[in-house]
Amino acid sequence: MKQLPASIWTLTVGVVVTLIALWAGNHSGFFPEQASLQAPLVDNFFNLMFMIAVALFLLVAGTIIFFTIRFRQRPGDEEDGVPLEGDFALEAYWTLIPAVIVIVLGIYSVEVFTQMGGFAPGGGGGNHLFMSHHQHHEMKTQLVSDDPAENAPEFKAEYGLGGAGKPDVTVTVTGMQYAWIFNYPEGITAGELHIPVNKSVQLNIKAADVIHSFWVPQFRLKQDAIPGHDTELRFTATKVGDYPVVCAELCGGYHGAMRTRVYVHTQEEYDQWLKENQFAQNPDLSGAVAVNSED
Amino acid sequence: MAQAQLPVSGELPQVSGHHPTAWKWYDYFTFNVDHKVIGIQYLVFSFVFYLLGGLMAVVMRTELYTPDADVIDPNLYNALLTNHGTIMIFGWIVPAAIGGFGNFLVPLMIGARDMAFPRLNALAFWMLPPAGLLLLGSFIFGGAQAGWTSYPPLSLITANTAQSMWCLSIILAGTSSILGSVNFVVTMVKMRVPSMPWDKMPLFCWAMMATSILALLSTPVLAIGLILLLFDINFGTSFFKPDAGGNVIIYQHLFWFYSHPAVYLMILPIFGIMSEVIPVHARKPIFGYKAIVGSSMVICMVGLFVWVHHMFTSGTPPWMRMFFTVSTLIVAVPTGVKIFSWTATLWGGKIRYTSAMLFAIGLLIMFVVGGLSGVTLGTAPVDIHMHDTYYVVAHFHYVLFGGSVFGLYAGIYHWFPKMTGRMLNEPLGKVHFLLTLIGANLTFLPMHVLGTQGMPRRVAMYDPQFTQINQICTIGAFVLAFSVIPFLVNVIWSWGWGEKASGNPWRALTLEWTTASPPIIENWHRLPVLTHGPYDYGMNGHDTSPAIATHS
Amino acid sequence: MTTAPTPPELAIQEELPVDDHEHHDFRMFGLLTFLVSESLMFGALFAVFLIFRGEFPQWPPEETEVELLLPAINTVILVSSSFVIHYGDVAIKKGNVAGLRKWYWVTALMGAIFLAGQAYEYATLGYGLTTNVFANCFYIMTGFHGLHVFVGILLILGVLWRSRVPGHYTAEKHVGVEMAEIYWHFVDIIWIVLFVLIYVLALVN
Repeated sequence: MKQLPASIWTLTVGVVVTLIALWAGNHSGFFPEQASLQAPLVDNFFNLMFMIAVALFLLVAGTIIFFTIRFRQRPGDEEDGVPLEGDFALEAYWTLIPAVIVIVLGIYSVEVFTQMGGFAPGGGGGNHLFMSHHQHHEMKTQLVSDDPAENAPEFKAEYGLGGAGKPDVTVTVTGMQYAWIFNYPEGITAGELHIPVNKSVQLNIKAADVIHSFWVPQFRLKQDAIPGHDTELRFTATKVGDYPVVCAELCGGYHGAMRTRVYVHTQEEYDQWLKENQFAQNPDLSGAVAVNSED
Repeated sequence: MAQAQLPVSGELPQVSGHHPTAWKWYDYFTFNVDHKVIGIQYLVFSFVFYLLGGLMAVVMRTELYTPDADVIDPNLYNALLTNHGTIMIFGWIVPAAIGGFGNFLVPLMIGARDMAFPRLNALAFWMLPPAGLLLLGSFIFGGAQAGWTSYPPLSLITANTAQSMWCLSIILAGTSSILGSVNFVVTMVKMRVPSMPWDKMPLFCWAMMATSILALLSTPVLAIGLILLLFDINFGTSFFKPDAGGNVIIYQHLFWFYSHPAVYLMILPIFGIMSEVIPVHARKPIFGYKAIVGSSMVICMVGLFVWVHHMFTSGTPPWMRMFFTVSTLIVAVPTGVKIFSWTATLWGGKIRYTSAMLFAIGLLIMFVVGGLSGVTLGTAPVDIHMHDTYYVVAHFHYVLFGGSVFGLYAGIYHWFPKMTGRMLNEPLGKVHFLLTLIGANLTFLPMHVLGTQGMPRRVAMYDPQFTQINQICTIGAFVLAFSVIPFLVNVIWSWGWGEKASGNPWRALTLEWTTASPPIIENWHRLPVLTHGPYDYGMNGHDTSPAIATHS
Repeated sequence: MTTAPTPPELAIQEELPVDDHEHHDFRMFGLLTFLVSESLMFGALFAVFLIFRGEFPQWPPEETEVELLLPAINTVILVSSSFVIHYGDVAIKKGNVAGLRKWYWVTALMGAIFLAGQAYEYATLGYGLTTNVFANCFYIMTGFHGLHVFVGILLILGVLWRSRVPGHYTAEKHVGVEMAEIYWHFVDIIWIVLFVLIYVLALVN
């Protein structure tokens, strides 16, 4: 290839592309609001890639269009073009530079994934990390008798986004055609998810019939609910409000209608909600709770 | 430019052997073993299915014009989305790119009289019509509704008869693809003219080599997945029935072990078409022949080890998510090499704005968008948000429509003269290009935003907040549907009454242009001898007279 | 005017046509290519089998155990048939059609005995295709292999049928014979892997 004129043009193009890419990376505006600890991680990572993508797109598409116009056939010109078959240095550059970008992105994605808790599934209960299938079977009975608070739902999550230590709130989520059911250890069953803000929440996800996928776009989190394979999600909501819960895996005719809400409350509101529903759903417990509240 | 003077083979009656000198129209509806007939059979068959699949898309987009499911029944919607995907892949892109262009061009490009196994070739084609009929017939039973991925358990409990027909149809298409691939590999390894060493083989053939190897290695795995699914549905086995000890994830592995490489099956031949079209219409040697060959092979090999990126939110262990993130990102490198090589090929050329070239350049830009969004999707952290959303739909339509379909159009405009002996109408071609470009971007660009904002894919009803963007997409889809009309008119009119094409209207250098248009039945009276590379434009002080490409 | 290279030499020279009439070597190459593909079908089945094996605490599960004696005998028969068929190939290489016919008949017979043994095993196992996931795997894998044995026998019978015509196979021209042999070896190799997976690994459990 001919020497590119190391002129002001190259510099200008470089600066303009960089500026546009930087601006685009910070103003992608694609995402809904961030409402979980994981959301900024995903967004920042995406925005970085978007920035690189915008720069690459402008460069490549710009070059293609520029070449297409610059090197168009002039009327009457039946000559062939420049007989150029390759250029080792150039080819090495455009192999190595993308390779480096890609490797950096790969490493960064491992980092982000780790921060999101991707390497700690099965850590939800705190006591069965990376256990193989049949060990679960053997130990299940033990677990159930040991610590009722922790394993109230008999659950063996192997996959998902986990976290170390005991979560503040644990909810069992069941996907079925075409609804999400949320079970609380306090004995509450709800059609929407209610959680406190800034508390670590553990979702134990099951499927009753076919595969569903639990997705809260504002949390940037998604996990399939798989029949026969329990999965989990650990996250911390950071904004009070209510957000959509969407099924993201084709599950039948009314898949698109399989939507509900997640309500992120302040701790007080959440306690209030728990109390009301405990009364409502378990009237026989009301006496005990009433006694407690008198203390 | 002087018209090429062709002492065309047809003028010489002493054709070798017992064949007639030219095929009649009805020969195209028979079990004909000529690779050119089979190639055109594939192309016409697949284009009919493209129209059917497109029609399904139009109905779906109409449904999505409003948030509620008010046009068609949601189950029918699912049947349409399942069959739209299946038909576009197994009924259009794969048969058109591999079966159509592959069969027509490979023997011509390497100087062979036919494929290695002509009867096997015809057999492979004739498996497709029953496969297509099975898909269409399944609508009598409601149509398969579990998506083209057909994940169990959904596929086990919905529309059993239609789902079984769907499985059989794909198994048939897969078998056809395996037989076709065997044929391609043997043909290219054994039947090149003796004067053609490997490094003078046209890049389309190299692309077909990579494609065939990939198809041979991945298709059987899908076949097993579907056979097991078929047994689960009909014969009481429980491979994928969780309550009976089965495992639904195994199906996903079997399925994606084929279906991710299938993406490369659909794009590698198109890359091959690009490498042929661009040098001819830019009057330039291809830039980096060896790098393009190498990148095809690398894509073929790495492409076998990326499938789990479709399963980042399924039950997939963390190490697998990371391994497949990295392997997926690696694919971007050889793909980039190709894009850059084609761009460099444009440099210093004398670019003709033919319809073929416009589609090729459109492809370059569209594919860059699809490739870059693919990189973002390939990383597990982002995919956890984006998976199964409209962002994915946008991504793969940029790759498969902006890539494969644009490439198929480029190929049709480029080789139509060779196939039919008549030129396509250029002004109509340009109208077609513009409409397609506008329609495709109008339809698929806004989908990126839909996905990131929170709209899942494969839904017949959606949150009203997405209405506006969906309406833009729907209008785009109508433009896209309309864009086919100038093309259809063009093809039908030109085939019958278009300007006659010479043997080598583009003055190209690959061997298919050294015979008549359309080629005689055994391609050449005497096989050509290779005296130059396939892309030696402006090189080696060759004769400067107008291209006289053939002899008899 | 143009600079498009148009080699005048292209015009006249004649090359030995690569013709589609006489390409026996292609058929062998085609078969090998096809078998690579075919082996991945079995590869997928083996992978499914191994994943289930890893998941279940006991594999094969109780009440669907496999017996070892009959399959072991069957294995010996099938493996030795691979040697027998090779004698047939050796015979035709010397132009001995009678030898070819003899050894191929024996091979076909051994294949038939193998299939009969397989059928007997099915009949006496006491569980069927749908009993549990192991039974699913067992019947699908052995059944799919059995289908291949059956096709192999058909190929051998085809060779035998054609070999009735004197001169159809000669010392120089016998690709069909070799293809049947290669296919038979393939079926044999698959069986060995299958035998190890289903029967031998059952002992290891």
